[in-house]
Amino acid sequence: MMELRDICREYKVGTELVRALDHVDLTIKAGEYVSIMGPSGSGKSTLLNMLGLLDRPTAGTYRLEGEDVSSLDDDALARHRQQQIGFIFQFFHLVPRLTALENVELPLVLAGAAPKARRERAVSILESMGLKTRLDHRPDQLSGGERQRVAIGRAIVMRPRFLLADEPTGNLDSRSGSEIMQIIEQLNRDGIALLIVTHDPMIGGRARRHLTLRDGKIVSDRSGEGA
Amino acid sequence: MRALDVTRLSLQALQRYPMRTSMLLLAISIGVAAVVTLTAVGEGARRYVTGQFASLGTHMIIVLPGRAETGGSGIQGLLVGETARELTLEDTLAVGRSPRIKQVTPIVVGAGTVSAGSRERDISVIGTSAHMLAIQHWTMGSGQFLPPAELDLAQPICVLGNTVARELFAPAPAVGQPLRIGAARCRVIGVLAQQGLSGGFNVDETVIVPIASAQQLFNTSGVFRILAEASEADAVQAAKRDIVATIKARHAGEEDVTVITQDALVATFDTIFEMITAGLAAIAAISLVVAGVLIMNVMLVAVSQRTAEIGLLKAIGARQRQIIGLFLTEAACLSLLGALVGLAIGGLGTWALKLAFPVLDFAAPPWAAAAAVGVAVASGLLFGILPARRAAALDPVNALSQR
Ligand SMILES: Nc1ncnc2c1ncn2[C@@H]1O[C@H](COP(=O)(O)OP(=O)(O)OP(=O)(O)O)[C@@H](O)[C@H]1O
Ligand SMILES: [Mg+2]
Repeated sequence: MMELRDICREYKVGTELVRALDHVDLTIKAGEYVSIMGPSGSGKSTLLNMLGLLDRPTAGTYRLEGEDVSSLDDDALARHRQQQIGFIFQFFHLVPRLTALENVELPLVLAGAAPKARRERAVSILESMGLKTRLDHRPDQLSGGERQRVAIGRAIVMRPRFLLADEPTGNLDSRSGSEIMQIIEQLNRDGIALLIVTHDPMIGGRARRHLTLRDGKIVSDRSGEGA
Repeated sequence: MRALDVTRLSLQALQRYPMRTSMLLLAISIGVAAVVTLTAVGEGARRYVTGQFASLGTHMIIVLPGRAETGGSGIQGLLVGETARELTLEDTLAVGRSPRIKQVTPIVVGAGTVSAGSRERDISVIGTSAHMLAIQHWTMGSGQFLPPAELDLAQPICVLGNTVARELFAPAPAVGQPLRIGAARCRVIGVLAQQGLSGGFNVDETVIVPIASAQQLFNTSGVFRILAEASEADAVQAAKRDIVATIKARHAGEEDVTVITQDALVATFDTIFEMITAGLAAIAAISLVVAGVLIMNVMLVAVSQRTAEIGLLKAIGARQRQIIGLFLTEAACLSLLGALVGLAIGGLGTWALKLAFPVLDFAAPPWAAAAAVGVAVASGLLFGILPARRAAALDPVNALSQR
């Protein structure tokens, strides 16, 4: 469970104070499927980064699975990210010199997993996403959709409870985009909580819960298919 | 994270930028190769010089009248020598009785005018005995050296240095010719082959006469030096002690001589050349520090180029120390590889030098090669720290926002 209480995130730009998140209260339960929408600059990415422990609040408290993580140091945050959170980015962020397989293995490598076990796990994940024949391809030898599938593989290889996706289809054509959506929605049905930031109402509409942000505030929080 | 994985990831990163990697490898390897080659030159010179000295006979022992305080410096011995009891022919014979001494000869040196017919030369006159030839490893050009004889027997004979013989007699052969040294007359019985400098003395420009003749010539009863040759290299120190004891006993218990061994001289030269070699190594090592600065610059560029990747690593759980470790390993791999290439280049350079100058035995001392590799890796690590820490300190959100 993710619980934000009275979270603010402020940036100082020159003498001006930009409030990217403005007293946000939010609770995400295990296995939820949440879309986050809103105009550009409304704070969607900031909120997702906050939930993903990539960013720290300037005020407020954040409890992750009951533990107050608002003021942990860098390495403690890294440990939580490693074990509980998977990220998918608009620009994939694959390591260009590593093969698809090595990219998926990377979190396990950082965690010090044994080579054989991690290889098996990475291979089976890539196979389940239809990339059996692409294991040894480097990112520049893959299509955009394939790259994003590799990135999803990397995000879930540590079996996190939360999958955070910031415009995961923003860089893909509609067909690849819907393939990606099918994959991550299947992961959600298998139990992972899915939070997706998107500009696309068609994609946002597929979630079971819809958040709308404006000027750093959650202006609506509705549940129900196709709302 | 496993050490093997860290190394693999670092090597993959290096492979990714072959141009940059090879430039850095070049910079480091030049530094290491310079250390290896320059120290090989220094070491070659050292071996050559000490070898030359050794060829004079490391068994040689020189006895000077007068006590030098430090016991090591012949110059001091010479300076105080005037006031000390002089060495005599009897001292020479007594010294020669030690079983650790193979042969011994006294020396008297003075300046004299030699003339033959209308030609005349002012040169050094050395009075000595038959053993001098063997002790100094001189070789005869023609005729014979001084014959074995009682030390106090003055004979009207002389042996000429090569240059003197030529200047006084050429084109006629010198052997058998009469010669005047000051007022004394003698006959040339032999001419030395060309010797060049021997222990700082130009033998080619001397005339050699029996010790007793020289003493008469210079009106002295003393001996300028005693040269002795130990029976074997290991006996040199014992022979030296024998000499001191013998002279002390003969000089009423006073230890008023200075004994210089050839190996002490060799050791001095050895030390000098070792210092020169170390100096050359240090100068060459500076280029390794320069290479280190280069590594730092390139790694800083690498960190900014790979900002997004570092952000990604952080997002998927990399700790700060892991990121520092990755970048430092990259720097270490780079400098170690460069050092190995440098050792190979240095080896080739040394080999080429050997081909070019076969007289000199070029060889980099092992400590220099080890130190070069050590300095290269240390400088890589040291200068890698700043970029690595910068990478580890990146803010993940900012880092990920770069593509
Ligand atoms: N590093 C920063 N420094 C200053 N201001 C920032 C920084 N990052 C974000 N902001 C500001 O915070 C606000 C929210 O930014 P955020 O990136 O969360 O918006 P977003 O909803 O994701 O927009 P988009 O749909 O364009 O991605 C914006 O006004 C932005 O200018
Ligand atoms: Mg955004």
